[in-house]
Amino acid sequence: MQESNISPNNFEQCLKCNLCTSVCPMMAANPHYPGPKQAGPDGERYRLKDPAFFDLTLKYCLNCKRCEVACPSGVKVGDIIQASRLKYGHQSNPLRDTILASTDFVGSLASPMAPTVNALLEWKPVKKMMNLFGVDSRRKFPSYSKLKFENWFREQVPSQENFRRFVSYFHGCYVNYNYPELGQDFVKLMNACGYGVRMLEGEKCCGVAMISNGMGRQAAVNGSKNLDAMRKALRDGSEAVLTSSSTCTFTMRDEYEHLLGLKTADIRPHLMLATKFIFDRVESGDIRLVFKEERRGKYVYHTACHMQKLGWTIYSTELLKMIPGMDLTVLPQECCGIAGTFGFKKENYPYSQLIGSKLFDLIKKLNPRAVITDCETCKWQIEMSTGYSVLNPISVLAEALDLEKTSRLNVAVPSR
Amino acid sequence: MASQEYDVIIIGGGITGAGTARDCALRGLRTLLIERHDLAAGATGRNHGLLHSGARYAVTDSESAAECIRENTILRKIASNCVEETDGLFISLPEDDIEYRKTFIESCQRAGIKAEAIDPKDAIRMEPAVNPDIIGAVKVPDASVDPFRLTTANVLDATVHGAEVMTYSEVTGFIEENGRIVGVTVRNHRSGELSEMRSAVTVNAAGIWGHAIAELAGISIGMYPAKGSLLIFGHRVNRMVINRCRKPANADILVPGDVVCVIGTTSTKVPFEDCDDIRVTADEVNLLLEEGCKLAPSISHTRVLRAYAGVRPLVASDEDPTGRSISRGIVLLDHETRDGLPGLITITGGKLTSYRLMAEQATDLVCSKLGNVKKCETALRPLPGSEEEVGISRQSDSLGRKAAGNRHGARVFQMDFADKSEVVCECEHVTRAEIEYAIKFLDVHNLIDLRRRTRIGMGTCQGSFCMLRVATVLAQALGCPEKASEFVRQYVEERWKGLTPVCWGEGIREMEFMRKQYGK
Repeated sequence: MQESNISPNNFEQCLKCNLCTSVCPMMAANPHYPGPKQAGPDGERYRLKDPAFFDLTLKYCLNCKRCEVACPSGVKVGDIIQASRLKYGHQSNPLRDTILASTDFVGSLASPMAPTVNALLEWKPVKKMMNLFGVDSRRKFPSYSKLKFENWFREQVPSQENFRRFVSYFHGCYVNYNYPELGQDFVKLMNACGYGVRMLEGEKCCGVAMISNGMGRQAAVNGSKNLDAMRKALRDGSEAVLTSSSTCTFTMRDEYEHLLGLKTADIRPHLMLATKFIFDRVESGDIRLVFKEERRGKYVYHTACHMQKLGWTIYSTELLKMIPGMDLTVLPQECCGIAGTFGFKKENYPYSQLIGSKLFDLIKKLNPRAVITDCETCKWQIEMSTGYSVLNPISVLAEALDLEKTSRLNVAVPSR
Repeated sequence: MASQEYDVIIIGGGITGAGTARDCALRGLRTLLIERHDLAAGATGRNHGLLHSGARYAVTDSESAAECIRENTILRKIASNCVEETDGLFISLPEDDIEYRKTFIESCQRAGIKAEAIDPKDAIRMEPAVNPDIIGAVKVPDASVDPFRLTTANVLDATVHGAEVMTYSEVTGFIEENGRIVGVTVRNHRSGELSEMRSAVTVNAAGIWGHAIAELAGISIGMYPAKGSLLIFGHRVNRMVINRCRKPANADILVPGDVVCVIGTTSTKVPFEDCDDIRVTADEVNLLLEEGCKLAPSISHTRVLRAYAGVRPLVASDEDPTGRSISRGIVLLDHETRDGLPGLITITGGKLTSYRLMAEQATDLVCSKLGNVKKCETALRPLPGSEEEVGISRQSDSLGRKAAGNRHGARVFQMDFADKSEVVCECEHVTRAEIEYAIKFLDVHNLIDLRRRTRIGMGTCQGSFCMLRVATVLAQALGCPEKASEFVRQYVEERWKGLTPVCWGEGIREMEFMRKQYGK
């Protein structure tokens, strides 16, 4: 007998129940996609025989990981598909895919000329050109910010070092180049909770878009730099590395190890979304929150697919529910369809919108004041497709807190 | 009783019988092939699926070795669709005598087998699954062959050239007239009917069951039933055949066969009466795993899909408790000269790799008795499906079509993928198009036959998930919807037999799932 008979990615544990197939958003929208079971464990056996069995339609996988959440046998269906794309696949439109995936590089070019770039991105002739280039002209680009978050933060460093306890912040490309306000809210919130914020030294893009665009090697380079930066931060006294994006978090916690082969066991327990960190400490009494009393109204929370995979929706939603007067509806988990760079590509745009349509209709029906979600790409998709504004829980919390009172309570907490 | 006339009747639908039927048909003989169960149901479908280079026999049995390399070269050409050119390694481990390697390479060269000593580091690069502790390796032209496909292709070509095939038909006796065998009586197991089939020559190609067939004619051929057990893993861990570079012993060959890999074998003498229901024991499973891990350590944690065993049709020459030292050479018996019984010949011994040569020798003897002077062409004419290279290169094809091309070669063009592309067996990507093709052209009467023709239910779920669907398609196509549940029952019984010896760990879940679904 064998002591264990579990193969990598559990791929032989598949019982062929097809639960994964039934929850796959692409399966329902695109008849050309063979579905997670066939693309994953079933296809893998044949690819092991001959890589020629690699199926080009695997490019349709959104890497949403809903299949893995559904699998009762623990088969890493999504990982199997992603790994085989990295191994056997090639970019369908190399220049476009590389540019879309290089969020760091493009962001650093666009940011200094943000107003011009933003205007250009809205300009019809440019949209037409993008269309020729393979980016759908109907897709609305997130606008670039003139002020990079990193530059703003540099001014804050001295005040941040006045705290006794610290967390490090992995801000990600979106906060840095497009939406520094979210990063500013994060700093405000953490300061009120009694924590000084530090940057990671030499943070790189988490690499999620590189992984999904066949650039595994570059993603691994970024990954090991990020992990080293986190190790140093933890050594230097940060209690945790916090994030405000579910996808970056998921990528660094799970995909680094599963797909890029990076060792993350030492970092994983300390790398998390800020909402989880705060919730845990509110529960244990280490952080106390005081909210402003005011009327708020109806909000809906959308669980991003990677948030579902992390299993952390509950931390964000429970924190939000602490806000007085907050009428929060947690939507049934549906994929919004954008899947990062996937929805920007011309050939995918219709699938992307079809997949999200159920979610869009529901939001419109509920007609909330705003939608809340932990994922920035879901935000772009929902804002573009419904017209409702989409907020990050960090911003909602920062806005609802009585920062001064909260701050006073938490400074009094002795350090552990 | 119905009666029909043929030039030659061949008893046994294994690879030897199928190959002989093809050869006879190609030489213009009116040919009938009779098989008790289904094609390739005996030892033909119960071995490694290894197309020997002959290296394994080079030191101990140079004649078999030379036969193997000649046939190996021929089959790569005529059965390209059934053969995968994997090459093989003969590895030496620290406990093995490295001096043997020299003898081995020299013996291979004498037999005409290209044997190339490989540096252990290069061997690991060529075959990453191999035991990293190897101290030496020799590369030889071993290959992997699918015995089901090979048998089917031979039978298909035989029928194209006019042969008739009766499966599920058992020879119950010989018709003897004036001291000569002139035919056989046959019971059709599906209809229960008895009939007489007459021919000038009858060929006994029934493998180990040939012993009993000869007894029906009052002849003893002294066969030695040597059981060999094997384990099949859920997926491929190796790309090349891995052998041990030492005298042939237990569990020293790991063969990548289609999408799985197979470790084997054991060798034990079994009583003739056990040959119909041969089972793998716990001790054999342990031995196979223990020895197998020395070839490729990863099989220690790869899921074992099932266990199976076959009985080698060896002809005893001396007392050897394991049968390991009995020659794997071809045994052709002319009972006219040997036993004074004209009209009957026996072809046995040999091995899967040398089936074509066995068939050629048997057919030559048949032809000499019939005065037929036509030359053997089986070494030159490609088998159906192997006429052209189909491969799986077309990236745009669906997985189902690629898999069918991989299994049936050029015959994939006869399948209707336009409106029957839906996948029925999910593990093996068998589509409705492939199933309907098999039912129409490949003599299928139940789910087990269909499995041998298409790999349906051979995947990791062992049919738990798809067999109801397949049974429905099959029963509809055969026009007997009432039989669908009987098909399933039969199939589950058969799968269960191979699953029980390897039921542990994660495999138990699958079995429980099957048990719950089918009330086994």
